[in-house]
Amino acid sequence: DQTSKENNPASLGILARSLSVFAYVSVYVMVKVFQAADATDLVTELRRSFDDGVTRGYEWRVTQLKKLLLICDNHEPEIVSALHDDLGKPELESSVYEVALLRNSINLAVQQLKDWMAPDKVAKTSLTTFPASAEIVYEPLGVVLVISAWNYPFLLSIDPVIGAISAGNAVVLKPSELAPASSSLLAKLLEQYLDSSAVRVVEGAVTETTLLLEQKWDKIFYTGSSRIGRIIMMAAAKHLTPVVLELGGKSPVVIDSDTNLKITAKRIIAGKWGCNNGQACISPDYILTTKEFSPKVIDALKQELEAFYGKNPMESKDMSRIVNSNHFDRLSKMLEEKEVSDKIVYGGQKNRDKLKIAPTILVDVPLDSQIMSEEIFGPLLPIITLNKLEECFDVIRSRPKPLGAYLFTQNQKLKERFALTVSAGGIVVNDIAVHLAVPTLPFGGVGESGMGSYHGKFSFDAFSHKKAVLYKSFIGDAAIRYPPYSTGKLRLLKALVNSNILEIFRVILGLS
Amino acid sequence: MEEVVDQSLREMRDTFASGRTRSVKWRKTQLEAIIEMVKDNEDKMCDVLFQDLGKHSTEAFRDELGFVMRSATTALNCLDKWVVPKKSNLPLLFYPSTGKVISEPYGTVLVLSSWNFPISLSLDPLIGAISAGNTVLLKASELSPNASAFLAKTIPSYLDSKAIKVIEGGPDVATILLKHQWDKIFFTGSPRIGKIIMAAAAEHLTPVTLELGGKCPTIVDHHSVSKDMKSVVKRISGGKWGSCSGQACISVDYVLVEKSFASSLIEMLKPMIRSFFGENPKESGCLSRIVNKKHFQRLARLLNDPGVQASIVYGGSMDEEKLYIEPTILLDPPLDSEIMNEEIFGPILPIITLRDIQESIGFIKSKPKPLAIYAFTKDENLKTRILSETSSGSVTFNDVMIQYMCDALPFGGVGESGIGRYHGKYSFECFSHEKAIMEGSLAMDLEARYPPWNSFKLTFLRLAFREAYFKLVLFMLGLKK
Repeated sequence: DQTSKENNPASLGILARSLSVFAYVSVYVMVKVFQAADATDLVTELRRSFDDGVTRGYEWRVTQLKKLLLICDNHEPEIVSALHDDLGKPELESSVYEVALLRNSINLAVQQLKDWMAPDKVAKTSLTTFPASAEIVYEPLGVVLVISAWNYPFLLSIDPVIGAISAGNAVVLKPSELAPASSSLLAKLLEQYLDSSAVRVVEGAVTETTLLLEQKWDKIFYTGSSRIGRIIMMAAAKHLTPVVLELGGKSPVVIDSDTNLKITAKRIIAGKWGCNNGQACISPDYILTTKEFSPKVIDALKQELEAFYGKNPMESKDMSRIVNSNHFDRLSKMLEEKEVSDKIVYGGQKNRDKLKIAPTILVDVPLDSQIMSEEIFGPLLPIITLNKLEECFDVIRSRPKPLGAYLFTQNQKLKERFALTVSAGGIVVNDIAVHLAVPTLPFGGVGESGMGSYHGKFSFDAFSHKKAVLYKSFIGDAAIRYPPYSTGKLRLLKALVNSNILEIFRVILGLS
Repeated sequence: MEEVVDQSLREMRDTFASGRTRSVKWRKTQLEAIIEMVKDNEDKMCDVLFQDLGKHSTEAFRDELGFVMRSATTALNCLDKWVVPKKSNLPLLFYPSTGKVISEPYGTVLVLSSWNFPISLSLDPLIGAISAGNTVLLKASELSPNASAFLAKTIPSYLDSKAIKVIEGGPDVATILLKHQWDKIFFTGSPRIGKIIMAAAAEHLTPVTLELGGKCPTIVDHHSVSKDMKSVVKRISGGKWGSCSGQACISVDYVLVEKSFASSLIEMLKPMIRSFFGENPKESGCLSRIVNKKHFQRLARLLNDPGVQASIVYGGSMDEEKLYIEPTILLDPPLDSEIMNEEIFGPILPIITLRDIQESIGFIKSKPKPLAIYAFTKDENLKTRILSETSSGSVTFNDVMIQYMCDALPFGGVGESGIGRYHGKYSFECFSHEKAIMEGSLAMDLEARYPPWNSFKLTFLRLAFREAYFKLVLFMLGLKK
């Protein structure tokens, strides 16, 4: 870990880049400090735009979405570059897991928007208020706040914004300050391309976020940690603002001995180290397998890790680095804990200057160690061995509900039991993380891993109010609805109830 | 009390962990038991509702007992359909993976109900929680003590008492309950308390459904409904005074009408009220009373505002001992008076006049989003404007309150009037976590998915994600760069 600074061009480069980002941020801060009045003015302005109907029309929404598409088309190299600055993200991850996913999300919204905006008709036969008709009208909530995370700064900023805009809201985006190059690029591009009377970016950290949270929003969409999620919800409670919280957790991977181990290992590696180096909310956090099968699992992982990242993974360009020294130290501490450090069976190398930690596998760390108590969010993979695979259910159940849970098996019964009894945001069998890319599946957590969901139409729904509309006619007005209440009326009501429970309502509401 | 709560929670969690509440058979048994409980205890239930609110048994039956039985029957009939996983279509890119969404119970949930419809606002959410397979603790409101006691005593003898529990008490008990971690909280009540509930839930990241209230406006566009005005007046009167004396979250709070028609409207309301309650409404037995002294004094205060007093055109008499307030009509009370700025929740009906009925839109928008908007109109243009320019939990044209009975429609608020919704299948969804399940195949594998990265893999994946399958094929065949 001791690499001399003077002789290492890479670390000098990082140092230089950090200094320039710091300088930029300082100038920005000196030029304009975001204050309470700014937050109030911002919301007032956006509310005026919303009330004026700027964001309601189909045309406006589609135009904004198409502009987002232009951003993806015209600025991909800058996006890739910013992600490389902030996270050391390999080009393929940036291009595919951020830009390509966004393109798909935008295209789907553009294609489907007319359908999504159309009211849902309610079947006449299910109505007990005949003659009447009913529908559910989708309406925007108003002015919404999207707070995104640092690990997929473009995806997690723009994807919720796509939902907000499709649903016809005005939106303020606050990107994470821990990915500063991405944050400032987002601010620049969104201002350049989108209608700034209704879509704005506020950059900043705790101060700015706190000021924003004091305002009254019609919805808050937050991606990040459970700890901050609580703070967000508490702030939202003051204004009865509904929230979507996309949080995280320890997503377990259960490996059965009947699985195809080579493919299993490849998918776990691609899903863990191949996705921002383990710094993802649905990253496979830890493995559960039998004592008997565990050596084979470790061998398979080692073999494929070497195939992917070579003999010197610290030199591989195909992995993101750790985002900053705080997180590096957090992960180091996890590794250095007594009774954990001696459980490393692969990797373990660290370089604080380069903010790199090698893909590391550990076996049977204590269940109450830090690495097994909090979300790892890094390139460390503990394997916990069990006497029998069925014990995995107790281990998973004893922990907070995760965002994802994974199972590799050919055993149909095990798949069914897993799907039914493991409570998690989403479950994937025989693969890792792919459900994130499926727009027809709701993506969200439960319990500690969050509330609400999005992607595809679920994004549109997340930012809409589904208003029930009942159209009644003047035909039929049963006396039974109104005072005075004679015993006769009551007797009639009771008789109806005892004969046919549905009849009573038809009578009350004027049909019989 | 702390110990009681701890123990109850532990028992409910153990019961949930045992898996008993997941079985559809268990859920149906509980739902059938609820129906049986209501049938067996009709008279007793009407009794406690009369004691707590002076509700006439017909009103009690119509608004609460019958409603609960219907709700439970619907759940019974539809449960098999509701529990079926929903298959999701996956894009071709993911072939041969499959996806579906399973509704899974949250776990152990808390239902806090309100005093104005203490039976239905307790049992209806209970029906939802049970249909979805949860264990549930119910705390009814202490402001309807007889109903609360009845539920606490009767529910354990009909329902699975290790899974469904009832606790009695007021704010102090609620505070203890809210300190614990629940998997979901369902609350019916005021926005003020709703905020407290949500803040408490935030500590544990507990999702909430808050059924709150607001000032539900009623637009009377006399031009377009002149032929049916008698019906209009009857429905408004029935909705305001015929259901718990205006103490309902979806009650008609105030009326908006053009100045030119206001006095005609009032002259039609007066005889309608008399036809409902006779010359002496206090003795009619058909008008619920105000729930307690505190609310009586609150309403008296609203009414005793000098500007409001001056606007009384009918009624106005009060009897604190009998907790009685006469059906009262106001004409244009001051817009800045308290009565025009908080939910009335009582038998007082302000009529606000406008020059043009189109102004009703702006008027409604100047106030917090209500639970319901009612509009008596046949003017398509006005209907469209109401739908697209105002926001509320729901909108009902040409009737009031009735949307509550329509269980095909979601019932819930927006903004100050609430978060979330229920009724019918929405009750089932309200208490379920929609869990995505995706299954991949170990048989097929794409090399391009895995590092080390190179430009081939990058182009491949770019094309694959764009679902540009033709181009992808060309690329693979080397015919495209």
